[in-house]
Amino acid sequence: MNDTTCKLLVIGAGPGGYTCAIRAGQLGIDTVVVESEKPGGTCLNIGCIPSKALIHAADTYETVARAADGKAQLGISALKPSLDFTKTIAWKDDIVRRLNGGVSGLLKRAGVRYVAGHASFHDGKTVEVHTTNGVQLIHAETIVIATGSAPIELPSLPFGGRVISSTDALALAEVPKRLIVVGGGYIGLELGTAFAKLGADVTVVEATPRILPQYDGELSDPVARRLRALGVTVLTSAKAKALVAEGTALLIETADGGQTTLEADKILVTVGRKPATSGFGLELLDLDMDGPYIRIDDRCRTSMRGVFAIGDVTGEPMLAHRAMAQGEMVAEIVAGHRRAWDRVAIPAICFTDPEIVMVGLSPSEARDKGLEVKSDLFPFKASGRALTLDRDDGFIRTVARADNHVLLGIQGVGPGLAELSAAFSLALEMGARLEDIALTIHAHPTLSEGFHEAALRSLGHAIHV
Amino acid sequence: MTERVVRLPDVGEGIAEAELVEWQVQVGDLVREDAVLGAVMTDKATVEIPSPAEGRVVWLAGKVGDMLAIGSDFVRLDVDGKGETSTTTAAPAVQTTSAPARKAGHAARATPAIAPAHVAPSPQPLATPARREGERPLAAPAVRLRAREAGIDLRQLHGSGPAGRITHDDLDSYIARGSDDAPALRSRPKTAVTDTKVVGLRRKIAERMSIANARIPHITYVEEVDVTALEDLRAKLNEQKRTDRPKLTLLPFLMQAIVRAVAAQPELNAHFDDEAGIVHQHAAVHMGIATQTGAGLMVPVVRHTEARDLFDCAAEVIRVTEAARNGTATRDELIGSTITITSLGALGGLATTPIINHPEVAIVGVNRIAIRPHWDGAGFVPRKMMNLSSSFDHRVIDGFNAALFVQRIKTQLETPAMIFIDV
Repeated sequence: MNDTTCKLLVIGAGPGGYTCAIRAGQLGIDTVVVESEKPGGTCLNIGCIPSKALIHAADTYETVARAADGKAQLGISALKPSLDFTKTIAWKDDIVRRLNGGVSGLLKRAGVRYVAGHASFHDGKTVEVHTTNGVQLIHAETIVIATGSAPIELPSLPFGGRVISSTDALALAEVPKRLIVVGGGYIGLELGTAFAKLGADVTVVEATPRILPQYDGELSDPVARRLRALGVTVLTSAKAKALVAEGTALLIETADGGQTTLEADKILVTVGRKPATSGFGLELLDLDMDGPYIRIDDRCRTSMRGVFAIGDVTGEPMLAHRAMAQGEMVAEIVAGHRRAWDRVAIPAICFTDPEIVMVGLSPSEARDKGLEVKSDLFPFKASGRALTLDRDDGFIRTVARADNHVLLGIQGVGPGLAELSAAFSLALEMGARLEDIALTIHAHPTLSEGFHEAALRSLGHAIHV
Repeated sequence: MTERVVRLPDVGEGIAEAELVEWQVQVGDLVREDAVLGAVMTDKATVEIPSPAEGRVVWLAGKVGDMLAIGSDFVRLDVDGKGETSTTTAAPAVQTTSAPARKAGHAARATPAIAPAHVAPSPQPLATPARREGERPLAAPAVRLRAREAGIDLRQLHGSGPAGRITHDDLDSYIARGSDDAPALRSRPKTAVTDTKVVGLRRKIAERMSIANARIPHITYVEEVDVTALEDLRAKLNEQKRTDRPKLTLLPFLMQAIVRAVAAQPELNAHFDDEAGIVHQHAAVHMGIATQTGAGLMVPVVRHTEARDLFDCAAEVIRVTEAARNGTATRDELIGSTITITSLGALGGLATTPIINHPEVAIVGVNRIAIRPHWDGAGFVPRKMMNLSSSFDHRVIDGFNAALFVQRIKTQLETPAMIFIDV
């Protein structure tokens, strides 16, 4: 058995883990990171990056297909496109591969030792790593648990055969003709929309009364309209029960209490994710838990001295950028800096069509906190830039305190709106007021003018609506 | 649009100026006719000034605490209509409330009568409400990081930026102040100074106390009174009292004792006009009752105590002191006392040095009743004892007369039957 010692050991090289390790390395901390899969975690390998690659490919294909169908209003015509999905997947995989290499290079440049293998706790200071070269013991002064999360499996629809997870969906060899998406949350709708654009006949089965239940109805309505336009069937208040007809169809209970079956080539189950807290000896540490998650304080410290936890394993929102921010903070804490989690907002983006951006509080969330708010929105129907993009669906909405106009939240839905999340987050972190946004010049013609106009409208003097 | 000037009206007390105690509007607000613009205070009464017309406020006379001359410009309004600039003297609002009806020093900003139809981006400062419990301070990430690294809790800072945002400069100032700390100190000393402008009722109290203390050479006389018999009588009367009568405290007995004492020494129930050099003796005994209210010390008056019986005095004391405390006392109920009683009895203390309620010449202070051992010639017996601390204007009341006055009161309180007998 080969023993190694280090000051900091990071278990998991996902967005949280590799960020923590890189920052620790930059700060001169002797750091080891252990990962059983490729570096980059769910986000880079089977989540954010490959799904966005697929979404982009699907968008492009759909645009050309519309032109070929004569539906484009831009005066562009095209021959009917063909899709070499194998090539699409290869292109996506190449992006992932390049980024994998990028993360490895960054870790190396920061002086972080990378150990490929499965880590398992020996005790609070020691981890046993099963590598291809045997078992390695790593003793560390400080350990960071960054093991991430995994898709939730429905007992009645275990993964396998036609039932696939989001990971499987991103590795399909061909576009399924009939795809059922179980779960109308952001993962299911992102992938469902992409496959619909790639030519699949998509049906979404959502148990709650509307899709994207974590967003308010004002934000999800444009997405629902777009899904209809793309030919996606959305069944709300419907429950997936079981496979029938020798596994070729899905039995569902409909909103009216009846039952029906839907034929499917693939059934994509996206009903959420669960923290990865088993299979690596976590039970030996007997850490305090917060439901299914590891309980942490505002410095990401667990109940055991010298053991930190970051990312999805610590709870919602399970977002890569939250994990990255936590990882960076923990590295600095280990380096002796005074740090604590004091972020005002964590932006959340849904890469549906149109995209949804949510930062801070929605109007109803703010009111639930007992705050009197001013809230208004700017519709993209009034945006010159939206019209030139041939997409006038969506809006940007501001939520501010009524008494001092400090922004509490900013939301938007629209094509390509994800990029505006930076402006929204910055405004909240800086403590901007509606007047700050109103007095900032927003370039014309851009979609970001909608932010300016929403603020003006809240102040009672919108120009373009 | 026409500018309309609203002038501060004569609020009916023959005064030349009044203190501005509250604005209910701010520049830019639209106000309806009869909406309250602000309030001024005169001799412990607050008078609301209504708007004579609908319009937008373009100018305010000053800030809370300023003294404004009667007839001076109070508010200027932009009003619809043509014609020359007009000037109006607003009629004071009918409702005249005593000071505690409004909290002294109340924030000038209040909900405008009409919400502005349009709000320009930032021509006027917005309200910066105090941070609520648990509310995070408003500061940019870099400021938060610097504060954390310096070990500074941003909740301790007041932000000078918009909406109370804490800036780098605020942090620099705070750190600079803290750099004077001696390293041996266990924790950072508190250096903040809170300045509170003395306005409204507190200002009136301060002025009157200053006048009383500066102009009246006080002589204070403290005497011990055995109130055992009085307390027994009081307990019996309360035990047998009719349901339509108030419960008796010591105060109405004291009032009756004072009425009888001033009957013998009328010079104690007087006002001294020192500028004219005249002592005005009053036949009526208007008893001032020093009363602690939420807004500060007030002196409501039980008028014509000489004509009231014990229960009537008790009822009137309850009525006027409650009116003072809940802010419904009228101006007449707050002025015109001829002699005053003050009491800190409930809070204990052996003796006090009461300040005379200028221009009166005497004030009687009550200290706490306590059971003390008393030598009756053969042994110590427990008696209910109470001190009276009384001050007199030494310019017109000699020490002998002061002592005599207190002894008269003492005699009646120690032999309470005297209170009910005309001698």
